[in-house]
Amino acid sequence: MLSEGDGLAIHVREIGKRYRLGQRLGIMTAREAISDAFKGILRRAERPTAPSRYHWALKDVSFDVERGEIVGIVGSNGAGKSTLLKILSRITVPTTGKADLYGRVGALLEVGAGFSGELTGRENVYLNGAILGMKKREINARFEEIVAFAGIGDYLDTPVKRYSSGMYTRLAFAVAAHLDTEILFVDEVLSVGDQKFQEKSLGKMRDVATSGRTVLFVSHNMAAVMSLCSRALLLDNGNIVESGPTREVIEAYLRLGREASSTPLTQRIDRSGEGSARFTAIGLEDGAGNAITTATSGSPVTMRLDYRSADGRPVHHVIVQIAVTGLYGQPLFVCLSRVAQNGFSSLAPSGSIRCHIPVLPLLPGVYMLDIWCKVDEVVTDRINHASELTVSEGDFFGSGKLQPREGGEFLVFHEWEATEA
Amino acid sequence: MEFAAKDVKLRYKQTVLGALWAILQPFMMMVVFTLIFSRIAGLPSQGIPYPVFNYAALLPWTLCAQGVTRSSESLVSNMTLLTKVYFPRLVLPTAAIAGCLIDFLLASIVLAGLMIYYGVPPNGANVIFLPAFLALVMITTLGVGLWLAALNALYRDVRYVVPFATQLWLFATPVVYAASSLPEAWQMIYPLNPMVGAVEGFRWSLLGTPAPSLWTMLASSGVAILLCFSGLMYFRVTEQKVADVI
Repeated sequence: MLSEGDGLAIHVREIGKRYRLGQRLGIMTAREAISDAFKGILRRAERPTAPSRYHWALKDVSFDVERGEIVGIVGSNGAGKSTLLKILSRITVPTTGKADLYGRVGALLEVGAGFSGELTGRENVYLNGAILGMKKREINARFEEIVAFAGIGDYLDTPVKRYSSGMYTRLAFAVAAHLDTEILFVDEVLSVGDQKFQEKSLGKMRDVATSGRTVLFVSHNMAAVMSLCSRALLLDNGNIVESGPTREVIEAYLRLGREASSTPLTQRIDRSGEGSARFTAIGLEDGAGNAITTATSGSPVTMRLDYRSADGRPVHHVIVQIAVTGLYGQPLFVCLSRVAQNGFSSLAPSGSIRCHIPVLPLLPGVYMLDIWCKVDEVVTDRINHASELTVSEGDFFGSGKLQPREGGEFLVFHEWEATEA
Repeated sequence: MEFAAKDVKLRYKQTVLGALWAILQPFMMMVVFTLIFSRIAGLPSQGIPYPVFNYAALLPWTLCAQGVTRSSESLVSNMTLLTKVYFPRLVLPTAAIAGCLIDFLLASIVLAGLMIYYGVPPNGANVIFLPAFLALVMITTLGVGLWLAALNALYRDVRYVVPFATQLWLFATPVVYAASSLPEAWQMIYPLNPMVGAVEGFRWSLLGTPAPSLWTMLASSGVAILLCFSGLMYFRVTEQKVADVI
């Protein structure tokens, strides 16, 4: 048994988490439980062992984190990152192994969990603080700071159900970010709010990081991981496949991402969403509709998404998004079908959705496409790194000259003019 | 504590009458029971005006029934919270019951009013035993509530059983009638319902009805403690896996 004096904050040994697949993952009714129990008695001798009915979300995960370290955890969807944080924050217990934590633990797994719509902002700050383990005295001491950070001033005594979603997430983040715990787990919270608030929260995270606390930080934004963490772990399929200096781990992650993006979509398992409509393929076409593998800077390009509905029926109220990111996961721009037009009110059971970009404004290089699709406001499929987008040199301005590479990612139409004073 | 406060605040948000509902519910029950069981059925009430006799039992009964109902739903209705944040899970059912205790205190004011109106004096110094019987109600409520909260997280059948089971339980408890009106043969097993001892004790210490027998108190307290203890154990086991199965 290690004591606090050893300078360790987190000590994880051979943690594994097994989930049951299929129906019984969820709740069962008493009738099922009773009939199951009977079946168990009757068939004890010849009960089939079906290992395929279980899924190990994490397997044999071991690592140590020293006090004051900021460790990034990266990996694709379904790699086990969230399961790991859930185990460490004691929301769920591991099937095997053991995790020891030395110090008070705070977790920021979902912004706004525990907010109650009927209560006012002020009441929610206290309630949420209490849920996250703060004492009333501590909340009192930091109350002004929290409110100022969230920037909700006048709305403090309004029920949060009347807040805009931006205000809501800002307040929730503010409460959690002011937790005074020795160990903090953070899961993807930077993806809330507008750009300005994201920068503010990144700054807050940096303060937290330099205040001597131990932080485990999960994110898909490699730029944020790179700037915050000195060390990182790469999870893939429930195993730690790489650990060490952040830069090396991120490079390993990007290699994995590029391998994944060359896998056909139908074979991808690192996807989320409830599954009633799934993407089956992704491809690029040029202006004439011919399939291409490389897009050209300044030329028209079409991103084609093939889809199929699970029950073979038409799907309604469909919104599709293609997010273009840099190789480090930094967001560049998104094409959201609901913004450019009104989404698709009705689509055939299977088919293709095309997104036309008349003039591709990206500099030559390799980019990633993250895609998702919503049906009736429910995410049915989401695949990060669905495909690479390789852009080759092109004559964007029609001037016969090429843009130099340095100084940005984008090309923008512009004209120059000089006038005499 | 914050949880219990939230429970109470939330319950009467966006209602016109607010916390008055805490008083109105048992009061209306009493009016209906008085009409049916006293005026129509003519049940005896041990020399106490029936409304007082009935309301003094409805108070602990409502605390128990509401507490059991609310705590049985407490895990399920906080599902997102359970899967996103760690906090001692025991907080949820206990906060639900603590919230009901506040309703109970509010509704007690009406009992004082009824006793003054009907001129029923308190049973002298025996009133000091009241907290002990209140504790018996709380232990029973917590025990049953913990069992049901944990079971409900695993088997949603519980939410269909609870409403009508509490109805049955009401009639197995001396609320509308006196325990002494049951046949002698039943007096042995009857107090195995822990609310029998609690309700009879309430009436005795407040109104001076015949005191519950030693066996009644032993059986009721014994079962209540057993329920509470086993409920805690079962809850502890279930809370380990609750985030995965709820």
